[in-house]
Parts: sequence; structure tokens; C-alpha cells
Amino acid sequence: MAIEPEARRRAHQWREEVYSKGAEREALFETISGHPVEPLYTEENLEGFDPQEKLGHPGEFPFTRGIYPSMYRGRLWTMRQFAGFGTVEQTNERFRYLLDHGQAGLSTAFDMPTLMGYDSDHERSLGEVGVEGVAVDTVDDMETLFSGIPLDQVTVSLTINAPAAILLAFYVVAAEEKGIPPERLGGTIQTDILKEYIAQKEWCFPVEPAIDLVTDMVEWCSQKMPRWHPISISGYHIREAGSTAAQELAFTLKDGFTYVERAIERGLDVDSFAPRLSFFFNAHLDFFEEIAKYRAARRIWAREMRDTYGARDERSQMMRFHTQTAGVSLTAQQPLNNIVRTTIEALAGVLGGTQSLHTNSFDEALALPTEQAVRIALRTQQVIAHESGVTNTADPLGGSYFVEQLTDEIEAAAYEYFQRIDDLGGMVEAIKTGYPQREIADAAFAYQREVDNKERIVVGVNDFRLEDEAMDLHRPDPDAERRQRARLEATKSRRDAAAVERTLAELKRAATAGENLMEPILATARARAGEGEIVAALQEVFGTYTEQPQF
Amino acid sequence: MSDESPRKIRVVVAKPGLDGHDRGAKIIARALRDAGMEVIYTGLHQTPEQIAATVIQEDADAIGLSILSGAHMTLVPKVVKLLREQGVDDVVITVGGTIPADDVPELKRLGVSEVFTPGSSTDEIIEFVRSAVAERSPA
Repeated sequence: MAIEPEARRRAHQWREEVYSKGAEREALFETISGHPVEPLYTEENLEGFDPQEKLGHPGEFPFTRGIYPSMYRGRLWTMRQFAGFGTVEQTNERFRYLLDHGQAGLSTAFDMPTLMGYDSDHERSLGEVGVEGVAVDTVDDMETLFSGIPLDQVTVSLTINAPAAILLAFYVVAAEEKGIPPERLGGTIQTDILKEYIAQKEWCFPVEPAIDLVTDMVEWCSQKMPRWHPISISGYHIREAGSTAAQELAFTLKDGFTYVERAIERGLDVDSFAPRLSFFFNAHLDFFEEIAKYRAARRIWAREMRDTYGARDERSQMMRFHTQTAGVSLTAQQPLNNIVRTTIEALAGVLGGTQSLHTNSFDEALALPTEQAVRIALRTQQVIAHESGVTNTADPLGGSYFVEQLTDEIEAAAYEYFQRIDDLGGMVEAIKTGYPQREIADAAFAYQREVDNKERIVVGVNDFRLEDEAMDLHRPDPDAERRQRARLEATKSRRDAAAVERTLAELKRAATAGENLMEPILATARARAGEGEIVAALQEVFGTYTEQPQF
Repeated sequence: MSDESPRKIRVVVAKPGLDGHDRGAKIIARALRDAGMEVIYTGLHQTPEQIAATVIQEDADAIGLSILSGAHMTLVPKVVKLLREQGVDDVVITVGGTIPADDVPELKRLGVSEVFTPGSSTDEIIEFVRSAVAERSPA
């Protein structure tokens, strides 16, 4: 866009002669990530802006305005609430409750031992079984978890990373035994191991074999599971660990490019797997910064996939993403205020063009959510979808001087990070040196100082405080651990021990030989090996991982 | 002590259990260090045995256990018990994380000096550690 000299003169004049006469409040005029914000954005900010190159139309390269031509006029985002606690029976009940209340897809939260690859009867699992999510040890648990739910009709998300290949195998076998072949299963498994080393810190193996295992899954899924998303490349946890919006964007995209590079090195055609890659971003409180982040993400992904990785299929260039509102923004103080925070965040996700959304429940800074809190969270999405009117047109903020400028700035910040990571030898090397971990810790610390110094106000926490009201909280079921151990014991006593031994031995052989491990893992799953047993077998070959902590 | 530079307060910041949420632990570790304390951060996924061993080996004055996994009622009593068994009873024990208010009295009964839940400021925590350690080790 060319700017008339007269317009430029008027903008400067306004700033110098009009605006400067007013007084500004004592406040930080910057985004929650510390990015400076000007008092006004004008046409001047769009100088040289080519809408065709930067935006395109919805459904057209570079997809800045959305990946589908009709966006929410065609189809609303999928309302997908993450759930999981206690035993598989209890979570199955919650799943049915959510489906009965109008949710379209399921999303599974696993407990810490499952995320870390320990069976429920392992000593390290004590006190953690079924507490933060649901415990799944064998295929039998997976079958009960989805009992009575038509797996060929709903889409299911499995939030698991280090042992993703094993849990996918459990899911595939559970469906197979119900007569549903893998090609009819639709859904997503998180699998994003790089962000585990960066931020979420739930791992089983050293970095290199872990990425090889991810690539095995991508390869296998590209042949056997056409409706499945084998990786959900996740910025969510990076942000929750305290990163800025630009760090979330940059590290996530760089992780994504790393998976693409590994799969191409494996000999896969980029268009054979890239259409099934998807992303998962945080929706934090800074409304415009978040919207700019999603728009920049789509533009960068489209450009790099086409120009750097040679993707010709448009679906490989289209960034699909799930969004979850920021758990880290919830306060334990005056928790009902969190409904408002979550609404603002969810709206940012929708105006940013998300494909699916999880809204947090207001009590989650205190405990896992109660049923009532979960229902309000789901209703928040339904109000946005059906009452607010924001779904009527695609990318309603496109063309805003501020939003376009911020989109450009956050994109530029991401490219600066790409350069720094490349200078360190790529993302895997950067992780090994602790670079992204350090950047995040620095950002988290800086933010906390601002809150402690009251440069940033958090309502109910460092200002506008009250004596806290009592609340009904979800309490972990004290008996879930015992029942889950009994379930595991029952499976172990029923199964053919020789088949377990044989399939685990074959898995170790394949791992030593560097073969694709998906079929050997499926064989261990059919034999009812425990997740922890499978992980332990692989650790004999791959070893384990210990972080050098940075603070 | 008449030494002009008194011994720095030594604090072990620990992450017990399988929980990987380390944003809070790292912020606290850094804030305590910036406040002039000697901070030993254990890193993630520590067993109660590893934590007790670190406290003894480092001759710590205080310990901060950071738990956001809901497993605090299993893990904290274990750490406390191990320390007591090894004759350590003068270390100030604090817990931080998502701890429901209902669990706080029981944790205090076990010997935890203070529990810091979400929204606690680092200044508040620094101040608490300073005064609690001073009370336990009269000059």
C-alpha cells in the first residue's frame, strides 16, 4: 500500500501536536510478552503492505486469513474439552457426559505415570496413578476407556508424547478388536517430543532415538492411517512454561520444520505426510497479540512449506491448529473471574481462526475441574459460536492497522529466533545446549518480577484482592490407584506371558537394528504388554534422558 | 558468628515425583539466588530418597518442594519422614504448587513450615525463608 505524503504528515502532526498534549497513565504499554505497543496505528503502518502477498483470501496461500474459504460459516471449530482422571471407567463416564452435552470430539488427559512411561504398579507411580489424568497401562484399559463410543464416528485426541507410539498402538489394537481398521480412525496424537525437552519435561528416551520413534510413527501413519494426525506440534506447553508469544511461535514452528526435515531424510515425500501435521497453540490473555500470532503462524508455515520444503499439495501448506486457553493465566484467587479470562482467550482463538478449541474451567488453578466447571467452559464456546456473531465473517480483524502491524512484527521476531537456532546447528542441537529452555526461563522470570513489582496487575492476585471464598473442588479418588493396580494385575494374570516375552524381545531386536518400530510395538500391545514394560524394553536399547537444569 | 560475611542461607529447591511443571521452581530458585541465598536446584523427577540425600549432602537450611501434580500428600510425607529418620529436624520445609487449602493443615502438622499456593509473590517467599531460617539458627 502506498502512503500519501499528506497522510504521513497528518499522522506525525497528530502524534506531535495532539496526542502529546494528553497525559498517559503510569502503566506498561506493551503486550503481555513485553512487546511495545504504540498509542495509535494508522495507514502509515501499512506502507509497502501488499495484501495479495501477505494475506491472500481465506483458503488461499498464504492462508493468513484462514485455511478454509468459508471458515466458520461452513463449519464451526470443534469444541474439544480435554478430560481424564482416575480410572478408565471414570473417564469413560466423563467422555459420555461431554458427548451428551454437545461436544463433537474427545481429548484424553493421561496421568503422570502414563506420560512418563511407568505402569501403575511401578514404585515411581505411587501417589500419582489417576491423579492428573487417566491411567492407561495396557490395551485392556484403552478398550474400557472408549467403551460404548463409536471410534469410527468421533475424532479422538490422545495427549501423550514420549510413549506416543505405544499409546497409538494400544488405540489401534483396541479399535481393531472392535472390528474397526486403522484407516477409519480419525483423530490426533500429540507426539511432539521436542517441546517436551523444551518445556513440558515428560520424557522416556534421549533426544535422537525419541525423534526416530516419532518419525517411525509419521511414516507408519502416512501409509495406514489417512484420517489420523500423527503429530500435534505444540506451543501450548512452551507458553505455559512462561515463554513470550514470539518464543511460542518460533520454537513451535522450528520444531515442526525439524519433524518435516527428519521425515524427508527418511525418504518420505513431503506431501505424503505434511497434510496430516497439525499444531496446538496457547490462547493467552493479550488479545491482539494472540490473534497476530495465529495469523503469522499460518503465513510462515505456508511459505516455508512451499518454498523451503517443496510442498506442492496445498494441504501441506495449510496450518491446522487446536487452541487451548492459558492455564497459566488462571488465578487461584476469586476463581470465578477465570470464566472472564477464558472467554477473552477463547475469543482470540476464534478470531485467530482455530480449528478446535479447549476452554479451561475456572477452578483449574486449584484442582482438576468439577463437572459444573467443565460445563461452563463448554458453554463459553457455545455462546461465542452461537450468540456473539463473530463467526459470520472470516478473519474480521484482517486489515486492521494494528493487527497487521503486529502480525508482521511477531513474524519478524520468529525469523530472528529461527536464525539464532540455525546458528546453534538446528533445534535438536539448540535443545541439547539448553537454549530455548533458557530463553523461556528468562521470560518467565521477567514476567514474574513485573507482577511482583505491580508493574502488571493481575486482578485478585496483586490488586483488587478479597478474602477467598470456599469452593467445591474435584478431589482425586483415593481408591483409584488401588483399582487400577488391580486391573493391571488382572490383565497380567490373563495374558500369555510367553507372547509378551517374545514380542518384547523382537521389539528390542528391531530397535537395535534401527528398523521402523510401529509393527513390533503393535505386536507387544496385542500381547497385552504394559506400557511401562514396553518403555523399559526400549530403554535397554536407547537409554534414558537427564536434563541439565537451567534457572 | 562474628564473621563479617555470615554464612549464606542454603536452600534446596526440589521437584519430587513425575511432574514436569518447572516454571515456578525455576522462578523461585532464581529469586532466592538473586536475594543472596545459595540455591541448589535438583532438577526434575526426583525421588524422595534423592531429595533427602541432596538436603543432607548440601547441609541445607531450607527446602522448597514444588509439586503441581496433586501427589503432594504422598510425596511430602515421604520426604519429611526420610529427613527425620536421618536425624534432620532443623531444616525449614516449604511446599509450593497447586495445593488445595484443605490439605494445608495436614502438611503443617507433618512439619511443613509454610505452603505457597498460586499467586504467592517471590518477595513473600524470600522473606519467609529468611525469617524462618533465622528463627531456627539463633546467632
